[in-house]
Amino acid sequence: MPTLPLEQTAAASQPPAGDAVVFEDVVLAFDRATVLDGVSFRLARGETKAIFGVAGAGKSTILKLAMGLLKPDSGRIHALGEDITHMREQELFELRRKIGMVFQEGALFDSLTVRENVAFRLIEEGGIPEEQIERRVREALSFVELEHTIDMFPSELSGGMRRRVAIARAIIAQPELLLYDSPTGGLDPVTSTTIVELIVKQRDVYKTSSLLVTHRLQDAFTMASHRFDRKTNHMQPVASGGRNGIRMTFIVLREGKVIFDGDEYELAHSKDEYIREYIS
Amino acid sequence: MAAGDFLSRVEHISLADFAKGKVQSVQDYALLSLQALGNLFKRPLYVADMVQQADLIGFGSLRIVLAACFFTGAALALNSATTLGRFGALTVIGQLVSIGIVRELGPVLAGLVVAGRNASGMASELGSMVVTEQIDAMRALGTDPVKKLVTPRVVSTIFMMFFLTILGDLLGLIGGNIVASGLLGLDSHEYWSSAWQILVFSDVFMGLTKPIVFGFIIATVGCYYGLTTKGGTQGVGRATTEAVVAAMILIIAVDVVVTRLLMVVFGL
Repeated sequence: MPTLPLEQTAAASQPPAGDAVVFEDVVLAFDRATVLDGVSFRLARGETKAIFGVAGAGKSTILKLAMGLLKPDSGRIHALGEDITHMREQELFELRRKIGMVFQEGALFDSLTVRENVAFRLIEEGGIPEEQIERRVREALSFVELEHTIDMFPSELSGGMRRRVAIARAIIAQPELLLYDSPTGGLDPVTSTTIVELIVKQRDVYKTSSLLVTHRLQDAFTMASHRFDRKTNHMQPVASGGRNGIRMTFIVLREGKVIFDGDEYELAHSKDEYIREYIS
Repeated sequence: MAAGDFLSRVEHISLADFAKGKVQSVQDYALLSLQALGNLFKRPLYVADMVQQADLIGFGSLRIVLAACFFTGAALALNSATTLGRFGALTVIGQLVSIGIVRELGPVLAGLVVAGRNASGMASELGSMVVTEQIDAMRALGTDPVKKLVTPRVVSTIFMMFFLTILGDLLGLIGGNIVASGLLGLDSHEYWSSAWQILVFSDVFMGLTKPIVFGFIIATVGCYYGLTTKGGTQGVGRATTEAVVAAMILIIAVDVVVTRLLMVVFGL
């Protein structure tokens, strides 16, 4: 792994106090089918929360609600201290500049090159000099080790590379909140580990608050039990039983409801039969 | 009897839902159209996207619009010749082709051809972006997809439809001239002078107002069906077909309305 290009800025990164995301009794239905039924949870600043659940449990819906891409039928949602429940789309565009999202399949713009994809947010903001955009694009791509793909189109990249470019696109503006929608879904174990390492790196270096949807329990447990070591530029396991400053929690969804919200120790020792079966 | 009651209730509910769905669609379409126009007064304007779309829509459709208008002009001259010949009025064939092409056939043909080619293209392109979450990604990146994707398409389609229709009209008249002078033995100069002299301001105004309206219909309908795509790749195919059908029907129906309105305005 190459050295971190943004280490100077990262050294000062400390999450501000308060909650990054708050869901209060959120209900959402599509075509009379209830997807979320009274979901409540808090994501503290600097914390990473993994969302588990079977397919169709409403995991991705939670991310889209947190981003304001969907509106709840009832309940309240706060993101980065602002009530976004009834916020208008134009106001949300401003807030979304502080939030990064990695979509399930990357959702890269297929008619744009990797450079244009990663630079999209900066170009749209306008007023940023060309050289600065180029430097930041290269930094973000270097973070995900894909600087050599800068002139390629998404169709020329593998599935894992597309996810990594999507991560670069999400982090280029150094967001305060990151939303990952199944970033390792459908990838081989080696590529999955690379993606997990990037998420851990983002968490530990930039202290970014994150919501992570995943089907892969082992990925989330790896994140909970590893820290990013800036000397070796790799993640390293923390001492057994120690947390070493890692702020990671989990929620489990079942039929639109949160049936568990706690840390990995509580999850591993849960008496709930469904959860025990789910994590076994 | 109970089963009958149940079925009638189901039918009643589904009809109500159907009607509600249609009203909702019209409302959404109207909002999208207004938003697309409103964005013209907000920055950024995405001029580069407009130029790119103008190239795709305008130059991409040029050949087919010109061919359609040319052969229609020729066919119009051929068909008219039979009737006009009976009354010994073959010399007015230029006037007939000119009025027919400039006021009606040029704009409608260009509209239908561009709708077939571009409403489908817009619906499939935006539909694919919807099902691959690119539209959501754009919103998540703080960019308004209507401003970035719809407004440039609307502006470019209106702009290019205007010029495509002018060129289509010219090719239609050339097609009529080739038939008139080549097959019917009429003097080419006489054809062009009669074709030119018959046209008055209201004819040209009518012929150049329609492509603006049709361009707006093509782009907004194509984008609306694209942005409301549901159901994966199959949904993209459905949206594409529906966009073309809706755009063509609207063009033909609106043509009647615009023609009548302008006739009232000009006291024709």
